[in-house]
Amino acid sequence: MKYSRTTLAFAIVGVLALSGTLVACSSGDKNNNSGSSTTLDPNTKVTLNVVGLLPGSKPEAQQALADLVTQFQTANPNITVKTHDYEWKATTFAADLAGGTLPTVFEIPFTDAKTLIANQQISDMQAYLSQLSYASSFNKNLLQYGQGDNGDVYAIPAKSVYAIGLHYNRDLFTQAGLDPSKPPTTWDEVRADAKAIATKTGQAGFAQMSQDATGGWQLTVDTYARGGRMEDGKKATLTNDATKAALQFLKDLRWTDNSMGANFSYDWSGINQAFAAGKIGMYTSGQDVYTSLVQTNNINPKSYGLTMIPLSGGDSGVLGGGTMAAVSSKATNNEKAAAVKWIDFYYLSKYTNQAAAVKNAQTQVASKQPVGTPELPIFSQAQYQQYEDWIKPYVNVPLDQMTTFTSNVFSAKLVNEPAVATQDVYKSLDPVVQAVLTNKDANIDQLLSDANSKAQRAIDSAG
Amino acid sequence: MSATGAGRRRSPVTWAKRGGLSSVVFALPVLVVFGVFSWWPIVRSVVMSFQKTNLVGSPRWVGWHNFVFVLTDPDLPTAIRNTLYFALLALVIGYPVPLVTAVLISSVRRYKGLYSVLAYLPVVVPPVVAVLLWKFFYDGSAQGVFNTILRWVGLGPYSWLSSPSLAMPSLVIEATWAAAGGTVIIYLAALIGVPDELYDAAEVDGAGIWQRVWHVTMPQLRGVLLITFILQIIGTVQVFLEPYLFTDGGPANATLTILLMIYNYAFARSLGGNYGAATALSVMLAAFLAVLSLVYFKLTSRWSKS
Repeated sequence: MKYSRTTLAFAIVGVLALSGTLVACSSGDKNNNSGSSTTLDPNTKVTLNVVGLLPGSKPEAQQALADLVTQFQTANPNITVKTHDYEWKATTFAADLAGGTLPTVFEIPFTDAKTLIANQQISDMQAYLSQLSYASSFNKNLLQYGQGDNGDVYAIPAKSVYAIGLHYNRDLFTQAGLDPSKPPTTWDEVRADAKAIATKTGQAGFAQMSQDATGGWQLTVDTYARGGRMEDGKKATLTNDATKAALQFLKDLRWTDNSMGANFSYDWSGINQAFAAGKIGMYTSGQDVYTSLVQTNNINPKSYGLTMIPLSGGDSGVLGGGTMAAVSSKATNNEKAAAVKWIDFYYLSKYTNQAAAVKNAQTQVASKQPVGTPELPIFSQAQYQQYEDWIKPYVNVPLDQMTTFTSNVFSAKLVNEPAVATQDVYKSLDPVVQAVLTNKDANIDQLLSDANSKAQRAIDSAG
Repeated sequence: MSATGAGRRRSPVTWAKRGGLSSVVFALPVLVVFGVFSWWPIVRSVVMSFQKTNLVGSPRWVGWHNFVFVLTDPDLPTAIRNTLYFALLALVIGYPVPLVTAVLISSVRRYKGLYSVLAYLPVVVPPVVAVLLWKFFYDGSAQGVFNTILRWVGLGPYSWLSSPSLAMPSLVIEATWAAAGGTVIIYLAALIGVPDELYDAAEVDGAGIWQRVWHVTMPQLRGVLLITFILQIIGTVQVFLEPYLFTDGGPANATLTILLMIYNYAFARSLGGNYGAATALSVMLAAFLAVLSLVYFKLTSRWSKS
């Protein structure tokens, strides 16, 4: 029998293709062997990969997490939990997601859930979430972020539900001759205090994030605080007067007062690090950032202060957001069933169950981790206040240094982040903030006009 | 032709016995590695540049849409300008430095090996570590390393990475420091090949050191210089690491390069990348570099022969 080389080549390709198909089939079988049950069979062993703490968290924080994992595994002997260090970043999340390197349970900002649902990148968790006693008690405004078109819940409000606050260093205030118990309440006072701090201490009086879409995020914060908005339906409105005023404010601090230090390329973790190290007098960020300042940046609690961001203008408000827990679309049913148990244990049960709240607080206190950092309610305000009462004996964060925030935040108007192409809109504003902070002759009108075109392009592409 | 004809008539057994099979077996690993990691991704990129896909659902054919999207991006002219600026600065700063270093090292009589090691050392430092180290050096405050040194001579402080005008040169200086060692070794290897008699003859003719470098060393290195020149252009046009790690394209897009733009299209959006636009720009860049290389070799073929 004689064969041509072509025949031989086809034969080889055929064998390779066949074996490839067999491999694909076998892996497909593996993925589908978990049945359709929404409860976890107690005899099935499940290993669940979840996100843990921020990279670089202190050993005490790691210990507290390890204790929680042990408690969870004791209560659920058939589930093994593996935690992974994690920091959500707009610039790395998509790569991690596409590359399959995210844990099965991961965290996302409120603004991203809808698109991830539409792209079928996270699992429908409705059937699993319904098993929890408090499934119908979520704050509807928060829950809607994670619901698909079919009304099912895919991403679950989990933690860090925040309003933006003005964080300040009490030590620098004192050194600058300012009263740390009377933080600024207007933007003019922020400017005056920043100048005093820069002049008297040599540190940055006020700093602003500008990288990884945080520049746009914070400029949106500043815009809302002055009564402006970044979007009107599907129209980008970046050229509004409030945004211009916010940029002029930064320009004045940077170039007229020279009160913003020498670093103008902070991202979220970078500005936290500099603030905890005593290099920044004031900055704006989520109200709950104190927890990571302790866990990751070793802040001196006595130096920390939190107050309301100044509000001016008729429609002014405080930008609010938060973090949701999501489960990979590749998770098996058993993993989803285990995931909802972990989400309940790690994120939510403490708000709804006194024993869980106390146990969690005790675990955190044992490792000297912050308990009682102010948040906004995931459920109702009454329930959140009840949770605060439960953990009162264990609170170890300096709440008395945050009273100007905590006593006012519930009466402030909370404004959601831009709804369409949020991160793209933020990203288009990063260069604007950077230009104002690094170029004395930056033309604010022109910069905003260019950014508006880019944002509109992104909004149009988002459909 | 006759060999091909004979091949057609041979049975597979004969073909295998005459070494055909072993040739294929030996070539297979290389073919598989290149195929899987080089050629297939290239083909996929070209295909993907005509598609809209999120790598999860089925891709959709969109014709030239991705190319139009990229070409109408308001940031594209900035990225092209910055990339060319980086390439130009890298040529002005980065091209002569290794050459001069190599000539100096080859001229010294003692510790030649030590100097070579010192020159090559930065290449051994992992690039990310090097960038973090230099980020520390470039601290824009008065206490920054470079600013402290410059203060001794009455200069500064400079904003380095936070200044739109200084950011790009700062990146080029680090990139030159990081990459020069490799090129120095190439030049040193080429310099060994230059016959000593030529230098002796030049010396007898009364040539000084610079004349010997100009009239002996440079002509002898011509072939290597031409290759390193085009490699440098291709390398610098594809610069990514430095702008990504140092400045993320800032401040205010002052260091946004084409490759960073490709990365941003593909990965910077948390909601899934625009892989079509990313591959479209990649394909255009690859085509440009291929054409540039062809033209360059066409133009310089006479020089390298002479």
